[in-house]
Amino acid sequence: MATTSPLTLAVVSAGLSQPSSTRLLADRLAAATSAHLAEAGREVQVQRHELRPLATLISHHLLSGFPAPALAQALEQVSGADALIAVSPVFSASYSGLFKSFFDLFEPGALAGKPVLIAATGGTARHSLALEHALRPLFAYQRALLAPTAVFAASEDWGGTGDALTDTLPVRIERAGAELAALAVAAASAPLSAAPALPFAPPPAALSPH
Amino acid sequence: MQFGIFSVGDVTVDPTTGRAPSEQERIKAILAIALKAEEVGLDVFATGEHHNPPFVPSSPTTMLGWIAARTERIVLSTATTLITTNDPVKIAEDYAMLQHVADGRVDLMLGRGNTGPVYPWFGQDIRQGIPLALENYALLRRLWREEVVDWEGRFRTPLQSFTATPRPLDGVPPFVWHGSIRSPEIAEQAAYYGDGFFHNNIFWPQEHTRQMVALYRDRFAHHGHGTPEEAIVGLGGQVFMRPNSQDAVREFRPYFDNAPVYGHGPSLEEFTEQTPLTVGSPQQVIERTLAFREVVGDYQRQLFLMDHAGLPLKTVLEQLDILGEEVVPVLRKEFAVGRPVTVPDAPTHAALRDRTPDAS
Repeated sequence: MATTSPLTLAVVSAGLSQPSSTRLLADRLAAATSAHLAEAGREVQVQRHELRPLATLISHHLLSGFPAPALAQALEQVSGADALIAVSPVFSASYSGLFKSFFDLFEPGALAGKPVLIAATGGTARHSLALEHALRPLFAYQRALLAPTAVFAASEDWGGTGDALTDTLPVRIERAGAELAALAVAAASAPLSAAPALPFAPPPAALSPH
Repeated sequence: MQFGIFSVGDVTVDPTTGRAPSEQERIKAILAIALKAEEVGLDVFATGEHHNPPFVPSSPTTMLGWIAARTERIVLSTATTLITTNDPVKIAEDYAMLQHVADGRVDLMLGRGNTGPVYPWFGQDIRQGIPLALENYALLRRLWREEVVDWEGRFRTPLQSFTATPRPLDGVPPFVWHGSIRSPEIAEQAAYYGDGFFHNNIFWPQEHTRQMVALYRDRFAHHGHGTPEEAIVGLGGQVFMRPNSQDAVREFRPYFDNAPVYGHGPSLEEFTEQTPLTVGSPQQVIERTLAFREVVGDYQRQLFLMDHAGLPLKTVLEQLDILGEEVVPVLRKEFAVGRPVTVPDAPTHAALRDRTPDAS
């Protein structure tokens, strides 16, 4: 049965500094999602994709039209994953250029029906709507299945308890992880999209006499 | 097996001199390259078709007609003829005309063209690229095969009692190749009609070439034209050679680094490792090309892109000497080894005429 096979969780992190708070957030989200999947009785394999070491290959692909082997493998794994966590730093009120360039490389439909959790980091919570006006439309265009909660971590979120009237970062991470886990389990048993990971579409019916 | 060259027809600055040829210099250079191809014993010369700078060959049959008058043996072809934005009626007439002028030394390769604005410039819509290619080719076939055509379709005005003129030479339409990098519909189209399929094979990893050719062969058999091994396959490739491979790399590097299609991305070393571009000795080119057979099976036509990246004419002519004298003779011999007798040659006009019962 499919329910016994492990689910794959791809985690894409576009932070540029090392150590990176973007990677830190990605790891927390992956851990929360994995814990909820474990509760649901599902094994999970986490595949981490840091974009920084792929940055040169990403720009080469944009110019040459084909991916180098290491990038091809990352694209294939993300396309083939049961769920995706995508985390970008906020640059100039939006996702970083590197984050966008990476997701520009996917074929139309490659992420269709895939459960996706979006998250971002920034210096101040005043950037948090970048998730809603930039990342969410990007994945909506790809017809991904987005978790309702998107997680923004401002610098201040990494310490203190924040505003007593809003959920703290751990609470939001927990809620987002639960949502993604639920979506991943549901999508794995009843895929929303039969979009193949193959690079080629089936032959046109128009030509085939049979 | 046929060996030849194809020219994109770009006007590109020579990065070592900073100078671009004039349009006329480039056009004359392409013509000189075609004559040289025959002189060094190649089988095919194919020209691109483009309708935007920096490309010059907008009128392929004008060029091929000139070349036909100055050559005896070489087959004149295209890479590619735009089946989407050209009127199929004009293609039918232009290439039938060229057949007569060239005594049948003509075939053509159809492609869709990937330059967005060319479609509206010619009154079409790029989103209809595949339907245009299918409908226009279906009409083109009828215009060559039926004396009087009544036709109605989606993309051009209807025809009543139309006869394309001149009729194809000996009643035998030019052989058609369909070129596509990654559209399975085009592999299917080639297979459906039993036409040739050409994969340009130049900017993609070999896995794409392998999958497209395998799909074409499979569907060729499905449509009853023969076994998959009897399908007609052509491949592109691009090379730069010097007797010593280090010299080839040193000389070609500035061209690679600055060429619009190659430059500013992966290094020359990465590019040659990940694509069929070969920069090295004639022996390296021979070994690389022979390995294409492992990707697509025994095939019928190998075309090389030689006048790329702004190389000066003198250099391209030297490259053709090496290709004709040192590379192709070995390829002919080696590709023949172990080639099953059931694998056909690329169809020529004479071969098609001999197998057409009512041809004169």
